[in-house]
Amino acid sequence: MIEGWAAIYIFLLAGFTGYEVISRVPVILHTPLMSGSNFIHGIVLVGAMVALGHAETFTQQVVGFIAVLLAAGNAVGGYVVTERMLEMFKSSKGGKG
Amino acid sequence: MEMMIQASYFLAAVLFIVGLKQMSSPVTARRGILWSGVGMILATLVTFLDPTLHGVFNYLLMALGIAIGGGYAWQKGKTVPMVDMPQMIALFNGMGGGAAGAIAAVVLMRAIGQADAIPGGSVSMVLGTDVAIVALVGAFIGTISFSGSLIAWAKLDGRFKRTSLVPQQHWVNLALLVLVIYIGVKLFDTQSAGLVMLFFALVLLLGVFVTTPVGGADMPVAISLFNALTGLAVGLEGYVLDNAAMIIAGTVVGSAGTLLTQMMAKAMNRSVWNVLFGGFGQSAESADPDVIQGSMKEIQSQDTAIMMAYASQVVIVPGYGMAVAQAQHKVWELCELLEEEGVKVKFAIHPVAGRMPGHMNVLLAEAGVPYDKIFDMDEINPEFPKTTVALVIGANDVVNPDARNDKTSPLYGMPVLDAALAENVVVVKRGKGTGFSGVENALFYQENTQLLYGDGQKIASELIQHLKKL
Repeated sequence: MIEGWAAIYIFLLAGFTGYEVISRVPVILHTPLMSGSNFIHGIVLVGAMVALGHAETFTQQVVGFIAVLLAAGNAVGGYVVTERMLEMFKSSKGGKG
Repeated sequence: MEMMIQASYFLAAVLFIVGLKQMSSPVTARRGILWSGVGMILATLVTFLDPTLHGVFNYLLMALGIAIGGGYAWQKGKTVPMVDMPQMIALFNGMGGGAAGAIAAVVLMRAIGQADAIPGGSVSMVLGTDVAIVALVGAFIGTISFSGSLIAWAKLDGRFKRTSLVPQQHWVNLALLVLVIYIGVKLFDTQSAGLVMLFFALVLLLGVFVTTPVGGADMPVAISLFNALTGLAVGLEGYVLDNAAMIIAGTVVGSAGTLLTQMMAKAMNRSVWNVLFGGFGQSAESADPDVIQGSMKEIQSQDTAIMMAYASQVVIVPGYGMAVAQAQHKVWELCELLEEEGVKVKFAIHPVAGRMPGHMNVLLAEAGVPYDKIFDMDEINPEFPKTTVALVIGANDVVNPDARNDKTSPLYGMPVLDAALAENVVVVKRGKGTGFSGVENALFYQENTQLLYGDGQKIASELIQHLKKL
């Protein structure tokens, strides 16, 4: 469905988007943001599920299962630690971030 | 059904981008991670409905994998102390890279299986040359990120301390890389599943070899780079699986992560190239130890307390040493006391204070310090000449004035906090050692500097007691 040139355009635009979104971030958020982007590539879980769902032999099932296992760890772990870090940021005016 | 799945993936991609944007401001950051989380749950749920998936057993494995992997990560993520956060991020990132590699492995093995059935069939014929190349490149990047991140995790966690595994490491790495590329090319027209295994085994080894020489201080840059690489690998495997959500989310993280890596490297005065391929501190040994003039002067906590109580402005420069001593709560209590006395208190954060840029902010936030009391290097440096007392707790290299003044210092050129320019500098230190880089600190020998020896938490408690008595 996503053919050659269309894919290259998607890569290009997504690349610019990532660059723009991050470009003016204050240093205080570097660690949470790294953790947040770490969570977002946890979308690999979707691919891991598809790979496992397409598995035909035992070996493929094993490798596919490892993929799901690792991807779920990435997604869940990335979310939990990012949330924990961001939860703590607050200003002295009492407003929660 | 197909329509609904695609629409959900599209929505997830939008939520990720909006979420990431919100995460780049402290006011909206919390909402950002929530929105991204909604996107992730949506994308995961609709994937169960994908009509091309088959096999009841496969579905069972999926649910089991999510339950075990997710459950483990949930438990780990909830309980890890904030000080250990950098290695936790490295671990979770490595898992993502490994997943991308494993996806490619399944795709390649399936292709080999199908090629077997066709006379003269090959991987590139079954997948298409473009998809085969992208799958292999993604597999390479993801797998490097996997084993590299695991080494980074083990190093930061103190489980692995070696800086080289084989002699002539750089040449071995190069030879290994050439071999990997050769096997990768071979895979195009092969029907051997064994070759796939060999490819992944060698790439795993390469990741270990590349990361092992990276020094502790440089590790955050390496982790950030691996984060970007995992993103890229996910984007590439998204192309292989024809999945737009993966392509967009992966590529956004790939480019955002690359920019973040550059910002970190710049803040540490290191280039990404140097982090991966250069050793640090080699020139330090040749530096002349006699150039530092003057002597270290000691001060007691009572005198420090009095000095701070009558100051107009106190700037606290926290370092990793403070975090290790778990002193941040006491330090914040100390600040509140000083503020009651009418003293202006500010925190000065070096971009690489802690183990990772922004790590110190997280640790202070954990102790309840509001983020508008915390200042970046560029904001606080002009303030130091107007500061009565600069209290340096567990920081060393980031306040070394040699980085500005002494061209022979290995730190020369690194941006530092100008604590040396304050009227009085009090350095809280455990002992008379050098910092993380092993470089001597000229600040300790300055006329206006006094050293307060002791554990950060104990010193902070003593200061609090003395202040209460005043």
